[in-house]
Amino acid sequence: MRQVAIYGKGGIGKSTTTQNLTAALGEMGKKIMIVGCDPKADSTRLILGGLAQQTVLDTLREEGDDIELDAVLKEGFANIKCVESGGPEPGVGCAGRGIITSISLLEQLGAYEDNLDYVFYDVLGDVVCGGFAMPIREGKAEEVYIVASGEMMAMYAANNICKGIQKYAATGKTRLGGIICNSRKVDNEYNMIKAFAEELGSQMIHFVPRDNVVQRAEINRKTVIDFDAKDPQADEYRTLAKAIDGNKNLVVPKPMSEDRLEEILSEFGILG
Amino acid sequence: MAVSKKDLQSKILDAYPASVMKNRKKHIIIKDSSEIQEIQANTRTIPGIITNRGCAYAGCKGVVIGPIVDMVHIVHGPIGCSYYAWQTRRNKGVAREGGKSFLEYCFSTDMQESDIVFGGEKKLAKAIDEAVEIFNPRAISISATCPVGLIGDDISAVAKSAQEKYGIPVLSFNCEGYKGVSQSAGHHIANNKLMLEVVGKNDIETKPFSINILGEYNIGGDEWEIARVLHKIGYNIMTTMTGNSTYDEIATAHQADLNLVQCHRSINYIADMIEIKYGAPWMKVNFIGIEAMSKTLRDIAEYFDDDNLKKRTEQVIAEEVAELEDEIAGYKAMCDGKTAILFVGGSRAHHYQGLLSEIGISTVAAGYEFAHRDDYEGRDIIPDIKLDADTRNIEEISVEQDAEKFHLRIPAERIEELKSTVPMSVYKGMITDMPDGSMLIDDLNHFETEVLIKALKPSFFGSGIKDKYAVQKMGVYAKQLHSYDYGGPYAGYRGAVNFARDVVAGMFTPAWQYVLPPWKTQPGLVGKYVEEGEA
Repeated sequence: MRQVAIYGKGGIGKSTTTQNLTAALGEMGKKIMIVGCDPKADSTRLILGGLAQQTVLDTLREEGDDIELDAVLKEGFANIKCVESGGPEPGVGCAGRGIITSISLLEQLGAYEDNLDYVFYDVLGDVVCGGFAMPIREGKAEEVYIVASGEMMAMYAANNICKGIQKYAATGKTRLGGIICNSRKVDNEYNMIKAFAEELGSQMIHFVPRDNVVQRAEINRKTVIDFDAKDPQADEYRTLAKAIDGNKNLVVPKPMSEDRLEEILSEFGILG
Repeated sequence: MAVSKKDLQSKILDAYPASVMKNRKKHIIIKDSSEIQEIQANTRTIPGIITNRGCAYAGCKGVVIGPIVDMVHIVHGPIGCSYYAWQTRRNKGVAREGGKSFLEYCFSTDMQESDIVFGGEKKLAKAIDEAVEIFNPRAISISATCPVGLIGDDISAVAKSAQEKYGIPVLSFNCEGYKGVSQSAGHHIANNKLMLEVVGKNDIETKPFSINILGEYNIGGDEWEIARVLHKIGYNIMTTMTGNSTYDEIATAHQADLNLVQCHRSINYIADMIEIKYGAPWMKVNFIGIEAMSKTLRDIAEYFDDDNLKKRTEQVIAEEVAELEDEIAGYKAMCDGKTAILFVGGSRAHHYQGLLSEIGISTVAAGYEFAHRDDYEGRDIIPDIKLDADTRNIEEISVEQDAEKFHLRIPAERIEELKSTVPMSVYKGMITDMPDGSMLIDDLNHFETEVLIKALKPSFFGSGIKDKYAVQKMGVYAKQLHSYDYGGPYAGYRGAVNFARDVVAGMFTPAWQYVLPPWKTQPGLVGKYVEEGEA
């Protein structure tokens, strides 16, 4: 079982990318579980066709100790198992603690079945506290992919996430598998992210071009593969899926200084 | 003297790594009246050093707020913080006629994992609903524990809406345990809120010679014994803060003519603020020990400067002292020449030295757990205290003269005049009263305690629950001066006798001869050496 965590700046398209990617892996016959680690609980909408998912934490709160796995785990496209951790409404409680609680509970309920090929963690935004680092702590996800674009803040966040990975890599097996470029059509974006990823000691595992079919599929509560399997964008996600499936390039990232990050930005931005 | 204090100081410090030594050195001094001495206090304890200190929650709810009898004191947090503080401080109290007392209860929101994740505000609001429904208290307090601060529950918003809903005062205290360096931070937080939201809210008809007793928590019934004597003389006690007090009594505190400050550390903020806002001055008192008690009574009479009151004071002192002289003399004969180490509080280590010396026991080393420099060196040095980030982190409030309720009790010149004989708005600190060559140690730790006990071999160690049994296992009688173990009252005249009786019983119990187990002195196996082949 490969446990993979997807991080990246808020709004960069982590959930969209994760679901399109897992749909492609599912199509390849892989057995997958997605664990949404965002209090908004919107990480599995495209796989489940918009089906409202009862979150682990809501169930815990309402049912107390008496929880059945079936109540929180639903199967969607390509039999992908979907779990949403859930969490408090904005401004109260502790969402980070919620993720820790939720993942521990999933383990106790036996959600991590041996026949799974992949568990994907779709984690909210930046690493904001210990709770959000839970998927890369304690021997859970050993592979991290960061979704980024050529926008400065996205790269800045990616670099910060690498600092978190570096910290946990020292005590565990967590490694960076690569940067997924979710294109925003920034000037010279391909080369910039490639250079950025290589500077981190890693790789750009795939460049996902921007295409409105993704949005059209989303409106229909579907992944691109589910919505229009023949669309060229579907092939992009298949390529990404194959790259990740065959990826052996797992490294401890070398996050860069802010100055260096700015240098890369201006170098490629100007060249572009 | 078997060991010189200088050697002892070195022995302690030499065991430390350099950085620790540099830190602890400033917390340990040997009294030398030929120079002005400074001691470091109220700074962060070194991690791992086994301190006796408590937390801000302990200082706020445990010490200052908890003793108010007719309030339901809700602890917002996981159950441990509330359960393990349940009645351990032995602050006694009774319901007033027609009123209620909730001191025996332990109220907690019992936060669970999902309350941490989703926030505990709703549970807190529900706890208040239940408290009102079941107990109908005069007022409610909410004390925050660490996790509440971490997840950011807005307890003051919950308090405000509950106050509007039920029409009773609901006081919220952001006394999360991690604030400050010790329980002292909690005292300050509690003082601020009591001053802002309670004192001054209840005006009643006043009587002559009205006083408040501040910083007296009725441990083991201390306040009752003090009040007995004060009433006998003719004083009208408006309120005690906060031992055996009620919400409404505290709300009248601004009307008293004089504030008596017993525990300077925990309540000096309120004493100062009442003086500024309402004009009633404060006086440092000491109700512990016969002489100190008598001096305090004379000081109070001097302040009121009433001939009858002074005469009555002398009568009462004579009566009370006559009652106990013989018994005390008997105890003194038994204890004469013995020594004590005191490590307690922000005042008690000072207060108890007089009482101990009255039964012949001299204090050779003393220290405070959570005091500030002014509790050691006197209030004169307050302007010189360097405020660090830990202190600044605790809100400092300032009050202004109340246009309606402020009035001077006695002319300012008269206060100045009194200062030559009476400790008006002054506390001269523990160092002043200790003889040359005695040791003062701030924030004593376990290692230092062991070294002191071994080197100084005292007969009495007055401290708390955390070191009591370690010390007793070393064969030295240790008494908790926070909670008085199971005894008390120890304040005032009859309290002095109780204390002397308990100390004698403790020191002279035959138990100490059994501390060393027989196998340490006698061989467990007996046999003889036999050459090979001989048998």
